[in-house]
Amino acid sequence: MKVGDLIEIKKDGKVYRGVLMPHHAFSGRNIIVIKLENGYNIGIKVDKNCKIKVIKSFERRSAKKPKIPFDENKKTVALIGTGGTIASYVDYETGAVHPAATAEELALAVPEIFDLCNIDAKILFQKFSENLSPKDWQKMAREVARQLNNKKNGVVIAHGTDTMAFSSAALSFMLKNLNGPVVFTGSQRSSDRPSSDAFLNLMNSVRVALSNIGEVVVVMHNSISSTGCYIHRATKVRKMHSSRRDAFVSINSNPIGFVNENGIEFFGGYRKKTDGKVKVMPKLNENVSLVYFYPGMTREEFERIVEWKDGVVIAGTGLGHVNEDWIPSIKRLTRQGIPVVMTTQCLYGRVNLNVYSTGRKLLKAGVIGGEDMLPEVAWIKLMWVLANEKNVEEAMKKNIAGEISERREIRSLHAKNFI
Amino acid sequence: MTEIDYKKLGFKAGLEIHQQLATHKLFCKCPSELKEKGEKAFERFLRPTQSELGEVDRAALEEARRGKKFVYFSSSSSCLVEADEEPPHEANEEAVDIALTVALLLKADIVDEIHFMRKIVIDGSNTTGFQRTALIALNGEINGVKIETICLEEDAARKIGENGRKVEYALDRLGIPLIEIATSPDISSPSQAKEIAEKIGLILRATNKVKRGIGTIRQDLNVSIKEGNRIEIKGVQELNDIPKILENEVKRQIELIEVKKELEKRKIGEIREEIKDLSHIFEKTGSKLIKNLMKKGGVFGVKLPKFNGIIKGIKYKEHRIGKEFAMYAKIEGGGIIHSDELPNYGISIEEVKKIREELKCNEMDAFVISAGKREVAIKSLKAVVRRAREAIKGVPKEVRKALPNCFTEYMRPMPTAARMYPETDVPPIRIDKRRIERLLKNLPELPDAKIRRIAEYGISMEEAKQLVYTGKDEEFEKFAKKYKGYEKVISRILLNIMGEMEKEGYDVSIVIKRMDEILEGLSKKKFAKEALDKLLRYLAKNDVSLDVAIRECNVGFLEEEKIRDIIRKIVMERIEFIKERKEKAVSGLMGIAMKELRGKADGALVNKILKEELEKFIFQ
Repeated sequence: MKVGDLIEIKKDGKVYRGVLMPHHAFSGRNIIVIKLENGYNIGIKVDKNCKIKVIKSFERRSAKKPKIPFDENKKTVALIGTGGTIASYVDYETGAVHPAATAEELALAVPEIFDLCNIDAKILFQKFSENLSPKDWQKMAREVARQLNNKKNGVVIAHGTDTMAFSSAALSFMLKNLNGPVVFTGSQRSSDRPSSDAFLNLMNSVRVALSNIGEVVVVMHNSISSTGCYIHRATKVRKMHSSRRDAFVSINSNPIGFVNENGIEFFGGYRKKTDGKVKVMPKLNENVSLVYFYPGMTREEFERIVEWKDGVVIAGTGLGHVNEDWIPSIKRLTRQGIPVVMTTQCLYGRVNLNVYSTGRKLLKAGVIGGEDMLPEVAWIKLMWVLANEKNVEEAMKKNIAGEISERREIRSLHAKNFI
Repeated sequence: MTEIDYKKLGFKAGLEIHQQLATHKLFCKCPSELKEKGEKAFERFLRPTQSELGEVDRAALEEARRGKKFVYFSSSSSCLVEADEEPPHEANEEAVDIALTVALLLKADIVDEIHFMRKIVIDGSNTTGFQRTALIALNGEINGVKIETICLEEDAARKIGENGRKVEYALDRLGIPLIEIATSPDISSPSQAKEIAEKIGLILRATNKVKRGIGTIRQDLNVSIKEGNRIEIKGVQELNDIPKILENEVKRQIELIEVKKELEKRKIGEIREEIKDLSHIFEKTGSKLIKNLMKKGGVFGVKLPKFNGIIKGIKYKEHRIGKEFAMYAKIEGGGIIHSDELPNYGISIEEVKKIREELKCNEMDAFVISAGKREVAIKSLKAVVRRAREAIKGVPKEVRKALPNCFTEYMRPMPTAARMYPETDVPPIRIDKRRIERLLKNLPELPDAKIRRIAEYGISMEEAKQLVYTGKDEEFEKFAKKYKGYEKVISRILLNIMGEMEKEGYDVSIVIKRMDEILEGLSKKKFAKEALDKLLRYLAKNDVSLDVAIRECNVGFLEEEKIRDIIRKIVMERIEFIKERKEKAVSGLMGIAMKELRGKADGALVNKILKEELEKFIFQ
C-alpha cells in the first residue's frame, strides 16, 4: 500500500473509500489519511479489527514536457534557485506541492516570464533560508559572477525570505565591478496559492534584472496590494514583519526605486552596471559575534560570547550604549586588536557615541561607531573586512556597498510603520 | 392548470444548508459581526492555479491578468488573517464543538481526525483564493433523508459592489464559521424539501450556538427531473420559498424539454454564429430605444433557425427560453430583442421585414438583435447563439441564483469537481472519545422533545410547535416561568399579536423589549388582557410609559363590582328587549356591554356576570 493508492477501509461496519494520503506530521498515531471522492481528506483511526484493501494501485501520470521558449532577439536572465518555492504547482490528486525547479517547470508555472526575456534556470541548492550559512553565500557569489560573466544581462536569485537580507548584503560586499543587476526575491505567500505574491515579485525582479543597475538589490512587494514592488539596496533592507507581503523595508534610506508592469521609477541615485568583468571577493572571517545587549546582561555573559572571537558587533541601546560594567572587557578586546563595532537596536537612526558619557567611555575604550548600519549588516561587513582589508577601522567607517548613508532627509516617503 | 406529478417526472432534489455559528471567526479572534463597509484596505488580483500537471491555461491566465481587480474594505471585524497577510491561527475549538454537536444530533459518523482543506475559489470572495473547509462527519439521517456530509468552513467576503472590472468586497463576513449540511438527492417533492430544510434548521437552532437573522442561514438547492438536468440554485433565504422555487424550476425544465422536442420536430440543423450589422435598416427608425442605443455603436442581429414562436414560450410562457437568452446577453453587458416580441418598442413591421430579409430568415426562423456598443452587442449575440445551441440538447447543467419572486436566473455553468488540497497551515484535529462523551453529555434538547415540554406549560401542542418552529420558544419559557398563570397570554402575544403586527409593518422588537413591563402591568391588573392588541400597537409606535399608553388607549382594569354595576345598568335600560328574547338576549347585550368595557374587563368575566344578572332578572 502506497501513497496515491485507492483503498477501502472497513471499520465497525462502516466503509471508507479514498486515495491514501501522506501521513501529516501532526497526525495522531494509527491515523490513516484518505482523500474521499468529494475531494476532502479525513483521518481514520485504524486498529487490528479494521480491514484495509487496495482497490487500485497508484500510477503516476507523466507530465507533458513543454518547450522552453528561446528568442535570440531577447536578453537572457539567469534564475538561480536556492530553496523556497518562487514557483510551484499542486498535485490535486495527492495534495503535494511541487516546486518548479527547472526551466521547464518554470515555463509551466509562470509562462508569462518568457514574454520579457529568455530564462536560464538553475537550482544551486534546496535549503530553507534559516539553514543557510556564510559558506552558501560564497557559493551564491561565485555562481552569480559566473553567470554575469557568461553573457547574462542580470541574475535573479529566488531565496527564502527569512535570511534573504543577510545573503543579499553578503553578496553586496563580495561582488565587485558588477556588470549586471543581482536581484534577490522570494514570496511571503507560497506560490501554490492563487493569492501568492511570488508571481508579481518574480516578474518585477526580472524587469529589474534587465535594467542597468550595477548593485545587489531585493525586489519585493511595496504594499499589501498587488500593485508593484520596491527595489531595495541589499545593504539597507530588512525583513520587518513576520508575515506581511510588504515585510521588506529599506531602513535609514529610500528604496532605489519602484517597479511594476509600466517599468522602473528611480527615487535617487544608484550605481550603474559596468562593462567589465565581475570580480568575486568571497573570503570571510566567520569568527565574528553579533551581541544583542539587554538590561541586566552581565559582563561575564558578554565575555563568554566573545571569547576567542576575531571581531565583535554589538547591537546596543539608543545612540549605541551598553552597561558601563562592560567597558573594561571591551577595552581588553580592542587592546588585543579585536575590533568592536557599535550599532543600534533601534535599527532606525545613527549611532553617536559623543552625546552621553557612556558613549564617550566606549569610544575611549576603542569601540568603532557603526554609523547607521543595520546590526546584521555591520556583522557581515566585519567578517568581510577582516578577511579582505588591512585597516579594519578605516574600512568599517567607509561606505563600501551602500551600507552607510551620510544623510537622511526629514521627510521620508517610503518609510513604513507597521504599528 | 393540473397539479404537477413530481413522481412521474422523476423529481429529485437535495439541500445544502449553510449556517453561520455564533462564535468568533474560524481562524482568528475577530468577532463574527457584520459592520459598515469600512475603509479601503488593499487591492489584489488572483491568479488561476495550475492544473494537476502544472500547466497554466494561457487563455485563462490572460483573462485573469486583464481581468478582475478585487478591492477589499476592512473594519473592526477583520485582521491580518482575513487580509491573507498572516497565516491562519488554529481552528476555533468552540466552532468545532458546535459542528460535532450537530453531527451527533444528525446521527452522522464523525471522522477520527479533522483535516482542513483549501478549496480553490478565485472570484475574489476569499482573499487567499481558496476557502478553508473540513469534513466533520458523514452519513447522517433526518426524517428518512440521508445527510451525506457535514462540513465546517469559513464564510466568504461580502460583495458590496461591482464596477466594470473592479469588484468590491467587505472583509467582515470572511472567516465567520459556517456549518455546511448536504443531503443526498433523495428528496422527492418540493414540499418535502421545505420540511427537511425546516427540520435541519430546527436542529441547528437547538444548539443555541448559531447566528439568527437575515443572511445567517442560506439554503442551496439542487434539483433534476428525468429528461432534464441537474441544476444548482444558490442563495435561497426564505424557507417558505423553497417549494415555489422548486416548482418553478421543474416548470422551467419542462418548458426547455418542450423547446427541445419542438426543435427536433422542426429538424433543426446547425445554428451559425453569423452576426450582421443591421444599422442601415434603422437609420430613420421611429423607435426611440433603438435610436438612442445606435448612437453608441449600431444594431446587430443573428438568425436563430427554426426558433420562430418558440422564444416567447411554449407551455410555460413565464419560463420562456427568451429569458435565458436575455440573461446570457446581460452577463456580456448587452440587451436583446427577439423576433417573437416584434413589432414592439417602436420597431415597425417594415423594419422587421427588412431584418428578416437581411438575415435570410424564412417563416420558421427567428432572429435576435442587440443594439449599442459594437463589441458588447456582438459578444451578447454570441452568448445567445451559445445558449440556443444548448437548447437543442435540452436543459443545460448550470448554477442559478434564487430571486425574491421565487424565479431563478442563470449565474454560471456548473463548476467541474472542486479542486482541493490540504491546508498545511492548520494542524489536523484529533477527535477523541472523551470529547465526544463530553458533547453527548451536554447534547441540546431536540425539537420534538422541546415541543412536548413547552406544551406542559398549559398551552396546546399546536401552539408549542409553532413557538419552537418560529424560534420563539426561548422567549416564551423565560416569561412563562416568571409570570405563572399567564402562559396562554404570553403565547398569544408571541404568536398571534406579534405575528399580526409584523404583517401590519410594526417593529415588534420593541414589544419584546417591554415584555416584562407589559406582563407586570397585566398581573397587577392595570389593564385587561383584551387591551393587549390595542396597547401593544400603541407602544410599538409611541415611546411612552405604560401608564400613559393605558390612558391614551382608554383601557384599564375594572373590579368585578364595577363591571356588575355597568351590566346591571345595561340590563335595566333594556327591559323590553329582555322580556321579548329571554335567555337569547345574552348575545345582543354582550355586544353592548363589550362596547363599553373593551380593554377594561375580561370578556369571559363580562359574559359570566351578564348571564348571572339576566338569570336574576328573568327569575324575578
